[in-house]
Amino acid sequence: MSIDLSQFHQVFYEESYEGLDAMEQGLLEMDIEAPDDEVINTIFRAAHSIKGGSGTFGFNQVAEFTHVVETLLDEVRSGDRAMNQSIMDLLLVSVDCMRSLLQELQAGDDPDLTQAKDLKAQFEAILKGDAAPAEQAAGGDGGDITDGDAADASDGAGGQGYHIHFVPEETLLQTGNEPTRMFRQLAEVSENNIEVMASFDRMPSLTAMNPEHCYLAWDIKITKAIDRSEIDEVFEWVIDDAEVIITELGSEETVSAATDPVNTENTEPQSEVADPIVQKTDETASEDKTAVQAPVKEKAKAKAASPESSSIRVSIDKVDSLINMVGELVITQSMLGQLGQNFDISRVQRLQEGLAQLEHNTRELQESVMKIRMMPISFVFSRFPRLVRDVSRTLEKKIDLVLSGENTELDKTVMEKIGDPMVHLIRNSIDHGIEMPDVRAAAGKSETGTVELNAFHQSGNIVIEIKDDGAGLNKERIQQKAVENGLIDETTILTDEQIFDLIFQPGFSTADAVSDLSGRGVGMDVVRRNIASLNGSIEVSSETGLGSRFVIRLPLTLAILDGQLVKVGDEIFIFPLVSIVESIQMDDSSINNVGGHSDVLQLRDEYVPIVQLHELFSVNVEDTIDDDKIIVVVETDGEKIGVVVDELLGQQQVVIKSLEENFKKVEGISGATILGDGTVALIVDVSGLSKMSGTSIKQIESAHKAA
Amino acid sequence: MSAVEELDSDEKVDIDQVTTEQYLTFIMEGEEYGVDILAVQEIRGWESATPVPNSPGYIKGVINLRGTIVPIMDLRGRFDLTKPEYGPETVVIVLKIEFDKGSRIMGIIVDAISDVYDVPLDDIKRTGFGENQNARFIKGLVTVNKHMVILLKLEQFITFD
Amino acid sequence: MAKILAVDDSASMRQMVSFTLKGAGHDVIEASDGVEALKLAQGQSVDLVLSDVNMPNMDGLTLCKNLRQLATYKFTPILMLTTESAGDKKMEGKSAGATGWIVKPFNPDQLLTTIKKVLG
Repeated sequence: MSIDLSQFHQVFYEESYEGLDAMEQGLLEMDIEAPDDEVINTIFRAAHSIKGGSGTFGFNQVAEFTHVVETLLDEVRSGDRAMNQSIMDLLLVSVDCMRSLLQELQAGDDPDLTQAKDLKAQFEAILKGDAAPAEQAAGGDGGDITDGDAADASDGAGGQGYHIHFVPEETLLQTGNEPTRMFRQLAEVSENNIEVMASFDRMPSLTAMNPEHCYLAWDIKITKAIDRSEIDEVFEWVIDDAEVIITELGSEETVSAATDPVNTENTEPQSEVADPIVQKTDETASEDKTAVQAPVKEKAKAKAASPESSSIRVSIDKVDSLINMVGELVITQSMLGQLGQNFDISRVQRLQEGLAQLEHNTRELQESVMKIRMMPISFVFSRFPRLVRDVSRTLEKKIDLVLSGENTELDKTVMEKIGDPMVHLIRNSIDHGIEMPDVRAAAGKSETGTVELNAFHQSGNIVIEIKDDGAGLNKERIQQKAVENGLIDETTILTDEQIFDLIFQPGFSTADAVSDLSGRGVGMDVVRRNIASLNGSIEVSSETGLGSRFVIRLPLTLAILDGQLVKVGDEIFIFPLVSIVESIQMDDSSINNVGGHSDVLQLRDEYVPIVQLHELFSVNVEDTIDDDKIIVVVETDGEKIGVVVDELLGQQQVVIKSLEENFKKVEGISGATILGDGTVALIVDVSGLSKMSGTSIKQIESAHKAA
Repeated sequence: MSAVEELDSDEKVDIDQVTTEQYLTFIMEGEEYGVDILAVQEIRGWESATPVPNSPGYIKGVINLRGTIVPIMDLRGRFDLTKPEYGPETVVIVLKIEFDKGSRIMGIIVDAISDVYDVPLDDIKRTGFGENQNARFIKGLVTVNKHMVILLKLEQFITFD
Repeated sequence: MAKILAVDDSASMRQMVSFTLKGAGHDVIEASDGVEALKLAQGQSVDLVLSDVNMPNMDGLTLCKNLRQLATYKFTPILMLTTESAGDKKMEGKSAGATGWIVKPFNPDQLLTTIKKVLG
């Protein structure tokens, strides 16, 4: 029978990645001077599991490598070796190595073993170096046979058979070992050419006898030339708890002398023992023949470019609550069905109640289902202690990472996509924000800088804050760089907010040298774009000398949008609520006309360009008089524009449907949705709108100057 | 139709003659056009569609087809023919058009449905439509019951240019 | 056939063992650590216990000792799944009361052969 083990691979990969994460976390948290036993055990177990699993599933390179890691960890665990910084560093690098080996295997590639070999050599050097009681990297083999035979171990076939004198310790049975089973096995390997004779020498009197003890001893004669190793295997587990003397049968038969009284009693117990053996052997034989062919399930090996697994762990509670909700939905449906069968107008109230119940059920179900895709943000936060440690080490800065709100949940896909932007922001904080220890001390701050990561829910969104107590954004430098890049004019006056927003422009980096870490020009504009593609937003604020704060807002799910419905002519459009700053009544007095062609709204202390949606979208409107119209002020890419619409309709959650699937990408439109009456409404792409209308700070400012 | 037939030594059967395609035909401005029946998903009456800004004029808009957003194209507009009012016979043929990268669903508004024909491949004339500006949409011409049917090449419709 | 309790903190190992043994017609219940295993063992009668050694909350050896304290498990075969072929680890197993051991990594066939030794 052969079982296809590849069906277990996916689970093995997932639990191994988790184990590696646990190892990494444990190592980072560990106090080298006084390591916590439980932490060491956790780390050891993780390595042990990976070794065991990789060996079992055939990933021998990983098993070999993990074995040395585990061996070293075992020494630390048992106190034979003290943990030190270089061991810790080596272990951390090994975690990375194991991770990439597994990723390569998971993708179906041949793993690159260069790093593993190098690290393995380092481990072996450490292990050998201290004459510690370490095992050499032998790799686990299956089925080792124990040593410790009393007799000569000759593995060849015994000439004419064997004689075995077997005297177990009285407590043998308490280990769950059972001589009858062993004799049965012997009978099997000897194909029933066996005689077993019991000896009652050790039997005490009835009153002195402990019924759970074994006082019998046996002499076994095997009259078939079998391999000595087969016999050894049978006694493998009891060899230390019993006297097992195995002699080959030569010309002489060596039978352990049994006294007469025993002999006569012998025949009966012997036949008793022998018969069950024979019977059971028959059973075993037939069992063998009817051995069930295990169903071979074929699952394609999971191909993953990165460890983004296509499965999700869901707590049983969530599943149960979902089942309950579906149950309630079924009840409501059957109630409405009944109503519908014999309906007359007098029952309309019942109908309304039923429909209200349906709405309630549906909403609960929707929330419940969305929760299934929700996972705590700790999954993404967990990358950062390691990142902060490595980066701060490289830059020789002292940094404390404070995490809060790790339990805040967000959609799995959103979480997977927000990781990289967050890495970039944190790297930035460490690289550009936090100052060198001496600079900090000179400024009266503590030498160790703090980076705070915080996540929480706010009005249907998840908010992620990245704060640092570094030097803050350098306004002058940013403005200077913007002028250099031609983004703004030298004489332009910008608010602090506008200056900070400049960092999100493409190619923007005030790093003096392109440092290894950030400032590669893969900059903040990519971060903002990535966040925008998740229907989210990012803001930055900063105070010179005190630090910076980035705030990312993301919707709780990608497929559903909180929308503001607006009417333009006969058409309904939808604005993402997250992009709306405010909506105001059109008032001629606050509209200025700049440069003769563009209208601008004065909104407190800033100027907001106005666009007419019906113009941009070629919608027929009855009158073009602006009074009574509404301006929806939206923000995108750091810029505000005011969009003129006829009416504000309600706000509701809408399911985002693709327009591109069967049609094409339309500028200014990000998707479509189906309203309650079954008609299609288009969702506005605010960033596209802004581009279409051709407005930007630069144009306004230059027009303003001309005026 | 089975293309495998026993060949008698003195009977030669031309394999091509045995293969046909089925076409659904419709009328537009007095002309009869045909589309591969395998691409036809359903036929609906015309109801309004939601207009999509900045799209070509022959795109009337999009509709909700059981949860999927599907564009509706006025075929007359695509062919630059004069546009009448939509009447009770105006019909939307929902097509699933396969192409190398996948498939697209779209609806085309036509004046009226005509018939379904089995067209032997051999009968289709694939050249000679001249410099017709709409030539790219034409797969071929075929004569059925003494009148001409213009067979359409559906993959050409998915580019919306 | 037999009711077997499989204990291992690695889900992939549990799955493999479970699948293999069920395929041979046995009834298998799973636990991810010694604490869970002990509870399950007390709630029913199990014919064979297969347990990993290194597990959180309660390791395999402690589990073995605790099982042997129970009247119903005094003589039940308990096999340790261990990657450690060193002699002293086996001694520890014996003194905890284990019947025997299976060395990891093992393949399904090896597992079944060894199971037969104790179940027959």
